[in-house]
Amino acid sequence: MPSLNLVEAINLALREELARDPDVLLLGEDVGLEGGVFRVTEGLQQAFGAGRIIDTPLAESGIVGVALGLALLGLRPVAEIQFMGFLPPALDQIISHVGRYRHRSRGVYSAPLVIRLPYGGGIHAPEHHSESIEAMLVHTPGIKVVVPSSPADACGLLKSAIRDPDPVLFLEPKRIYRAVREEVAEGMEPIPLGRARQVRSGRDLTVIAWGAMVREAQKAAETLAAEGVETEIIDLRTLSPLDTGAILASVRRTGRCLVVHEAARTAGLGAEISALVMEGALLQLKSPVARITGFDTVMPLPRGEHFYLPDAGRIVRAAREIMSF
Amino acid sequence: MELADYDPLQGKRLQVLDPEGNADPALLPALDEEVLCLIFRRMLAARLVDRTCLTLQREGRMGTYPPVEGQEACQVGSVLALSETDWIVPSFRELAAALVRGVPLERIFLYWMGHEEGSRIPKSLRFLPVAIPVGTHILHATGLAMGISYRREKDAVLCFFGDGATSEGDFHEALTFAGVSKAPAIFFCQNNAWAISVPRKAQCAATALAAKGVGYGIPGVQIDGNDPLAAYLATEAALRRARAGEGPTLIEAITYRLGPHTTSDDPGRYRSAEEVERMRPLEPLVRYRLFLQGRGLWSEAWEAEITADIEKWIAESIQKAEAFPDPAPEDIFDYMFAELPPHLARQKASLLSSLQEE
Repeated sequence: MPSLNLVEAINLALREELARDPDVLLLGEDVGLEGGVFRVTEGLQQAFGAGRIIDTPLAESGIVGVALGLALLGLRPVAEIQFMGFLPPALDQIISHVGRYRHRSRGVYSAPLVIRLPYGGGIHAPEHHSESIEAMLVHTPGIKVVVPSSPADACGLLKSAIRDPDPVLFLEPKRIYRAVREEVAEGMEPIPLGRARQVRSGRDLTVIAWGAMVREAQKAAETLAAEGVETEIIDLRTLSPLDTGAILASVRRTGRCLVVHEAARTAGLGAEISALVMEGALLQLKSPVARITGFDTVMPLPRGEHFYLPDAGRIVRAAREIMSF
Repeated sequence: MELADYDPLQGKRLQVLDPEGNADPALLPALDEEVLCLIFRRMLAARLVDRTCLTLQREGRMGTYPPVEGQEACQVGSVLALSETDWIVPSFRELAAALVRGVPLERIFLYWMGHEEGSRIPKSLRFLPVAIPVGTHILHATGLAMGISYRREKDAVLCFFGDGATSEGDFHEALTFAGVSKAPAIFFCQNNAWAISVPRKAQCAATALAAKGVGYGIPGVQIDGNDPLAAYLATEAALRRARAGEGPTLIEAITYRLGPHTTSDDPGRYRSAEEVERMRPLEPLVRYRLFLQGRGLWSEAWEAEITADIEKWIAESIQKAEAFPDPAPEDIFDYMFAELPPHLARQKASLLSSLQEE
């Protein structure tokens, strides 16, 4: 089994889906000859042709709106938006049309498209390159939102996203694009959407995270283990629909819950998870649900982003407070 | 007829029928008498349905409705030029286009009566549901057309929008994508002079909206939008280009919205009654009636006969729409995804149980 990083694993999933289904096609800025700014689509145009791996004009609303049109015809487009910070021009298409088409047409039409979105901070990028606006997407009816945190998950979840009959926004934590390697089997089975993954089991505290934050939680758990605190880590993998069963089962066991996300705090997904835990596990709680998040500020430029991004240190300090509540 | 002969930058405009109903013999399309009469029947049907909708709205039996009166020629002429497998991507004022394509009238009534079942248009009709946001649907037409090219099929996509939509960013992006990909799309702008209260001249400083095609490498043509034969000819020419792999065409049809933007709008606030009275004699039914009469194809008795048929069909369709069952509560959940996700299943169960408790 080859050892792949996240970029290579996504590339593998795309390659295998393109080979499996002639209705799958890729479109976006620079996805063709250039292979994408992160090289995620490298070599695919050479393998499948410029008619299937389409370098589009520089227009995000156009990419998503055109992808929807392709999907209405019955194709399975996979669109790339280079950075989530450039998604806002296309939000109109996502909110007004992509998420609504099946409902609007009473199921006559579906929109089986995937939008790939490199997201999140920590790569020292310019303004608008580090955003994490998943809560806006999760709040939008009719779409699924998926975030892998490991190469094998990225490969398996993307296959499911492409085969899904409904629109899926596939958020790629670009900070760990090349930071982790993992064995990824060629021809691996798709990983079902909507199911969280227990990354680590522990009896004292549940940490809920996704994307690049899973790694920070893992680092924190090592430190905490040395202090005698056993941390359970739940990687949500799918933010919409949420695997509420996995969240509640873990918190009911540990009695403590810490949510970690790099998006802004107010009305972030952490708030939703906190409410969910109150509704479903209040009597098992030994301390209030805590959140480690980004701030309600503009994402700082590279020299300030370390102040903004949650890291293992913040998670450890929060965990200590929770444990001594 | 060559589109290139009607360069909008030179102020040229395609017209087959003059306002007195005289046809330019050099341009008159070779349509048999049955089709010539069908054009009138369809325009009349749209006119009568439209008036019915206004009445239903005033009686409180229908919600907000956008009238199509004055724009029948654009829609009937262009759609009749299509074949059945070509796609139609409407905005929200395409009643006549929907009727020509065969969308069941009771569905159209249902939609404006506030029932989602009105958007259940069989896929075989290739007529997308109404799009309310202005201009955003033009991209879907481009995507469909690009997909048709990818599949090496020969169909084309006809997309309707108004003059206001050409100010939207998605119009620009749709034509940009269609131009570079040579997508078989026909962008049909019904310039009806007003975007709610904003006149065409305040919408864009371009001399002709059709001239905007130049910027995207797309031929544009301006036509008399109250002349169904001009709409037919221009669409037919655009279709030839599309099917030959020559790419998209932009048609700007100069027409006039005789009614309000919607039943919630009061055009008396922004345009004069004199303007409307000046435009009324130019409307498509007047002109086309004269044309048919000149060819011995129209008589009062014939119009009375087809009017009676249309009115019967309208009455039956209203009855079907009003007898249609109200939406079930589960309908608001069941069409969100192919498979109901757990959180929606819980919300659905919660609504159903609270309704049971009532």
